[in-house]
Amino acid sequence: MRSPQSATSKADEVANTADDGYRFVRGLAALLAFQIAGELMTVVFDLPVPGPLLGMVFLFSGLVLYGRGRAVDPGGSVEFASLGLLKIFPLLFVPAGVGVMLHGALLAREWLVLIAVLVVSTLFSMAVTALVAERAFASTEDTGR
Amino acid sequence: MDALKTLWVYLSASPLLMLAGTLGAYVLASTVFLRLQNPPLLNPILVSVVLLVGLLRLTGTEFEAYFEGAQFIHFLLGPATVALAFPLYRQLYLLRRYWLGILGVIALGTCVGTLSAIGITYILSSSMELLLSVAPKSVTTPVAMGISEKIGGIPSLTGSAVVLTGIVGAAVGPSLFRWCRVTSPIAKGLAMGTTAHGIGTARLMEDDVQSGAFSGLAMAISAVLLAFLLPTVLAVLELT
Repeated sequence: MRSPQSATSKADEVANTADDGYRFVRGLAALLAFQIAGELMTVVFDLPVPGPLLGMVFLFSGLVLYGRGRAVDPGGSVEFASLGLLKIFPLLFVPAGVGVMLHGALLAREWLVLIAVLVVSTLFSMAVTALVAERAFASTEDTGR
Repeated sequence: MDALKTLWVYLSASPLLMLAGTLGAYVLASTVFLRLQNPPLLNPILVSVVLLVGLLRLTGTEFEAYFEGAQFIHFLLGPATVALAFPLYRQLYLLRRYWLGILGVIALGTCVGTLSAIGITYILSSSMELLLSVAPKSVTTPVAMGISEKIGGIPSLTGSAVVLTGIVGAAVGPSLFRWCRVTSPIAKGLAMGTTAHGIGTARLMEDDVQSGAFSGLAMAISAVLLAFLLPTVLAVLELT
């Protein structure tokens, strides 16, 4: 990690000694606030982007501009909740995946097309991207990092 | 038997059973996955979905009733998407160093993946619903489902297509890189993250943290790019 270490202030220390449950709730509240900000922007400006993604852009911009110190994430509770949520990321896709059963009729007709599209398109685009990227980065890379 | 039936009627009317069922299926699928040393085709998401769909069919439960319980898990996709800002921030130094090349490659990969999906579906099928639902297949699920909703696809079908895409990419990617003689960790990561999002990223992380980091970066950037570009491109192609 090369990111700047934030100066530990008294407020940070107090937050750090608070228990994990409190930190998680506080971090989750902040993530939801970013999500709400994102949803508001998409509605107000009629943007084609999903609200949570815009919330992610806001949080990322905040981190780039101010670091992860006191301004954006005092006490690191947002990072704590974020890393916790991302540990169970695969689980969160399961209900959406089960939604496949809603499309029995469509899938009975189109399952072969669906499989063909997913396999061919995925392999093709992965190969093209990898080959171009290999040419672009093979020389510039420093593996010392 | 009557008592059992009463109990079933009581439990199936509350979200409790389906919430517990979703967690249980995932725990079971993850345990099997780890025991068998991570075989790519037994992806825990895929196995959980198969188990749950089987269970719902067997008990004659409607998806709506299932979702009453599962929505609590599904809801967390929103804040988890916001949370992706942290892994992205951790790659900031790489982004600063190679940003132009990285952006170019990710933009290329996102376009090739999306346009090839649209093209193949257009040739093989007449279903516009299917086309709009698979078009955003290569970006992370919450974003893909959001895009699908915006452009008139079926979000839940998109969710399934995205998960399958990730499983295909994660399973075949490492061999594909060997065949194509791609050795640079940056190239592997960008290709995987752009085409197979979070599921592919998790696969790369197992072998090599550096390419996994690039994969996470590519997944985030391609999601942002596609969310802005796809509705515009579809409008130009006059498909919506």
